[in-house]
Formats: sequence, C-alpha cells, structure tokens
Amino acid sequence: MDSKAWTLIKLINCRPDVHNHWPGVAGSREPPLKSESTASTLSTKSLLTITYTPGLKYGPNGTIFISSGIPDLDKILGGGFPLGSLVMVMEDAEAPHHMLLLRNFMSQGLVHKQPLLYASPSKDPKGFLGTLPTPGASKDDKSRDHDPENENGLRIAWQYKKYFGENQHHFDSNRDVKHEYCHDFDLRKPLEKHFISGQHIDCVSILDSPNLAALRDRCATFLAQFPRNDSSISSAGRISIQSFCAPQCKYSNMEWDMLSFIRSLRSVIRSSNAVAVVTFPPSLLSPSFSRRWQHMADTLLSVRAIPDEDKEMAKLLTGYQDMVGLLNVHKVAHINTQVPVILDATTFSIKLQKRRFLVLESLNQAPIDSSSGTSYGTSASCSGSSKSGTLDF
Amino acid sequence: MDQRAPNLLDEALGLVDEEKTKPWPLSSRVVLLEDRVETSGAFVLHHLLKRALSPHSSNDVVVFLAFSQPFSHYDRVLRKLGCNLTAQRENNRFFFLDLLMSEFPDGDEGNKDGLVALYGKIEKVVTTSFQENKKCITIVIDDFSLMEVAANGSTNYVLDFLRYCRTLTSAFGCSLVVLNHEDIYSSIERPALILQMEYLADILIKAEPLATGLATDVHGQLTVLNKEIRDEQGSSRNKICNFHFRVKENGVEYFYPGSKT
Repeated sequence: MDSKAWTLIKLINCRPDVHNHWPGVAGSREPPLKSESTASTLSTKSLLTITYTPGLKYGPNGTIFISSGIPDLDKILGGGFPLGSLVMVMEDAEAPHHMLLLRNFMSQGLVHKQPLLYASPSKDPKGFLGTLPTPGASKDDKSRDHDPENENGLRIAWQYKKYFGENQHHFDSNRDVKHEYCHDFDLRKPLEKHFISGQHIDCVSILDSPNLAALRDRCATFLAQFPRNDSSISSAGRISIQSFCAPQCKYSNMEWDMLSFIRSLRSVIRSSNAVAVVTFPPSLLSPSFSRRWQHMADTLLSVRAIPDEDKEMAKLLTGYQDMVGLLNVHKVAHINTQVPVILDATTFSIKLQKRRFLVLESLNQAPIDSSSGTSYGTSASCSGSSKSGTLDF
Repeated sequence: MDQRAPNLLDEALGLVDEEKTKPWPLSSRVVLLEDRVETSGAFVLHHLLKRALSPHSSNDVVVFLAFSQPFSHYDRVLRKLGCNLTAQRENNRFFFLDLLMSEFPDGDEGNKDGLVALYGKIEKVVTTSFQENKKCITIVIDDFSLMEVAANGSTNYVLDFLRYCRTLTSAFGCSLVVLNHEDIYSSIERPALILQMEYLADILIKAEPLATGLATDVHGQLTVLNKEIRDEQGSSRNKICNFHFRVKENGVEYFYPGSKT
C-alpha cells in the first residue's frame, strides 16, 4: 500500500489530535497514545486545513495562523504567523524596510477586520495609518508564478523526494481560499477609508512615556479581548510595535524594563489568540541584551539594506538592480512541538514587483563569468555562522 | 521506536540501567543545559521529563518551574513522546508552577510572591514527597534567563535562589535541571553568572549548531560533560561525549558525527 495512504489511515484511527482540527467540537482530549504502537512515521501534517473565518488558517499541532500580509513570507514561514506567538524584526538602522513588513501586516489585519493595536515612537501614530497599502487587483495581473503545483510536474530523482513536500501541502489544498487569507498589497495606493474607520484600531505613542507601565496596560487590555480557550475562535488580534528601543523614547535606556515588558507581552500573548510584531534596531542594544530579545522571539526576522551601487554584489546576484533589501529568517515559530523548523534558504531579497507589490525571492547566483576566472569563495560561503557576512546563503 | 532503548544521551548521562538496581543516576546532581538562539535545547528537557516520569519508577516526582511556555505546550509535546502530563499532574507526580507572569523584584523578602516564597513552595513539595517515600525528586527550571528578567536583572538574587535549590539536592537527594542560554553571556566581558552556574553543575549539556550551519538531517550537536562519575574501579573521572542529534515529533535521534544512515 502506498505509504501516504497508510499514514492517512493510521492518523484517522489512532491520533486524537485530529479532533483538535475541528473547532467547536466540544470534548476533552482522548486518553494518551500507547507510545510503543505509534509509528515513528506518523506525521503531524495537517490533513484538514479548513478555514471557517477568512483570516485564519489551521495548521498542525493545534496552531492557527494569520497572514503576515506578504504571500511569499507566509509561504516561507509555513502558513503565516501562529496565534499566540511573538514576532520580532531586527531593523537596519540605515533603512526603513521593516516598515514594509509592518505596513503589510497591519493592512492585512484591517482587511480581515482583525482589531489592531499600534504603538510607535512618533507623536501622532494615527498618521501612519494613512500610509497603509490597499489590497491589489486580482491575481491575473501578476505574471510571477511561484506555483508549487508546477514543481510537481518535474521529475524528481527518488532520493531527493523526502526533502520536498514539507510546506507544499499547506497551499495545495488551499488554493481557492488563498486569495481571502492573504492579499497582495499595492504599496502605491493607500488603504481605503472604510477599512480604517469604524475599526477597532488603537494607536499609542510611546514617545513621551517615562516607563512602560502604560503600554503594558494597554496591551493587556487589548489582549483580554482574545482569550484562548478550547472553544472556537471568533476573532484574532494584532499588535504592532514599531522601533521599540528607539533612542528618542524616554524609557530606552532602561534595559531590564524593556526586557520585562517583552517578557510580559510574550506571556500574555501565549494565552491569547493574537500575534504581536515588534521591530527594534539591535545596534542600539548591547550584544547581551540583543541576544536576550532574540531568545524571546518565536519568529525572528531581520531586514538589511542593500547599497545602491555595489559592483561586487551586482556581479554575484541576478536581478540585483531590482532589490530593495534583504530579509533573513533566523527563527521560525514552532509552538506545541519540539521539532525546529529548518528552512532551505534563510536569506531572501526584498523586491518590489512592478514597483507595487512586495515579493521575497531566494537569492540566485549570477552565471560565472568564465573569462575573469575569479573565485566566489569569499562571499558565497555556505557557512551559517551567526555573525553576519555580506551574504549568507 | 522502542522508547526504552538506550540512546547516546542516556548513556552519556548514565541513565542506561533499566532494572532500577541503582538509584536514579541524576539524584543529588545539578544538570545545567545550555543552548543558543540557533539551536534550542528544550528537547533535552523533554527527554529528561519523560525519563523522570516513566511508568517504571512509581516514586518519582517532578517539580517544574515554567517561565517559558504554558502547560499546554509541554502537555502536547510530551504526549507525542508518550508521556501524559495531565494524568501525572493529577496523580501528584508532576507539579507544574506557571511562572510566566510572575515578577520577583529584589528586596521584597516579605512579599508572598517573591523568590523566597517560591523556594518555600518547592521545599514544601520536596519534604512532603520525601516523607511519602517518593525519594527521586527532580526540580526543573525552564528557563533561567527568564527568571533573571523576572527578578529585574538582580543576578545575586537569582543565584541565591539557585544555591538554595542546590541545598535540596544534598539534603534530599533531588536532582536539579536548569536550562539557560549560553550566547547571552558569551558576549559580555565578565560572564559571572554563567561561570558560576557551570561551576555549580555536575553535568553540563551544551546544545549547539554545527560549525557548518543548519541542516535538515542534523539539527545540531550535543556535548555532555559528566563530572566525577565513578567507574568500575571506583575512581572518579570526567567524561565528555559529543554527538549529533535530529529532533523529531516523537523522539530524538542521537548519532555520532558522520554515522547517520
């Protein structure tokens, strides 16, 4: 019998976790498995990715995802941001690329009518809402094709098949509802007014607060609207905090206080149906504290600027001129499981397709110029060291 | 996969003896587990939990101080490993202290929610269990860096707490397992805290990424330093083991470098 079908039968017959994929089904957990009989090939791939609400997607291990607002990023992260997790984005002090991530994240929430709490070090955070992008036109306009179904048409040598398929299944069964779950945002057009007015949007300025008690209370009140319990989920919340340790904020030299805030945010979010995205410039923190912040994150990303005219890099990479910046995925959230998520590639280029839509592409090396005879040993190393080289493939 | 089959980690820790002719090998010992951002060491905690709560030893108790994840997370993870934490909690074998939201400001000795009170709670559980003849008690802290944040950075306060817990290992024969993040301290000039913890520990387990980076087949490497183990001649020596691992949902594979089939 085909191994996939065998796994399917075992899953249906043995696994109590399958029941957890149906929200609203009352009932306690089944008695524990007899571990000796559990085959080690039992996968936790979700059989049933049912979306009852357009903004939510059900994943394995009882996780529920919300979209990041960037289709490519959702794909890379295996579905999106899981509810109950903390996403941290390390900024590049020289470039505002983290704002692209924040804008798309916030717009996606507003389009799905998910309440939003936005904190920023500017005097008037509400003004930022005017810069949020609007969902783009229909999918037919786009010429890019990251369609995983096309890849199935390739004949893959048998021994490499096991490396595929980890993330593909999420999207194969969801292609028709994908346009509802994650939109492609047109960065040149502002979000229509009706998405912003009448929404539950809370804007907080953290510029003048002497300490973080007020923000902590606002977050706690906001998150109290989305308690996590076993019943079906009605709505999900989004918190976005921009440039958390920005030097213009009065509390920015209180390192332990900031850490304490993040810890409390993380703890409350664990028991809420919400996601918090916090961006911060790590160069403004001491290395030890920066590491503490990184450990607190469930999903850890970093954005870097690309210098405008770098001939070395232009020679190394194709499509260099279109790149706006680089995105690194350092950690991917894995809640309710001990298995880490290892990605094929962790560095992606941020590009604006047609100058409007944010896309993330894996880096491609340019064809080697045979006449020059230079070696790419220095820059194109495969080392995954934590110290950042110019390019980490 | 046979859950009782010894693996490299069990051998390194001396947990191989299944007939329980010897007492729990981790009794009276302090285990320090170190990890990094790139490679999480939580799976070792899960493994030790499973071993401590295994059905063969009916008199084992685990006191779990959770700063990092709520109960539901551990419940789901351990369930896949074949251990039902909910049932163990009901049977008073697993005491879960949810400290995610707790704060321990220094100088608050009279405060009933401070670290002193927390120690009091742990001591009470240990003494009660000891009197009920449940002699193998394991105290687990996940993780220590978050305890520091809860104490607002006062290193001495948390170190004192750790030392007090260590007195329980000598007085009652408990074992103490602490998880901490090594890379937080490696970048400061005088990493006093981590050095003190490494000194206190009898067993040091380090989870690190491979020097060549991350891979799907090998998730990292473990180095186990077992201080002062007694071998057959009765003389003590230190034992260092290094091997690679791959984490799966229902267990972890351990193998020597290059021998993954």
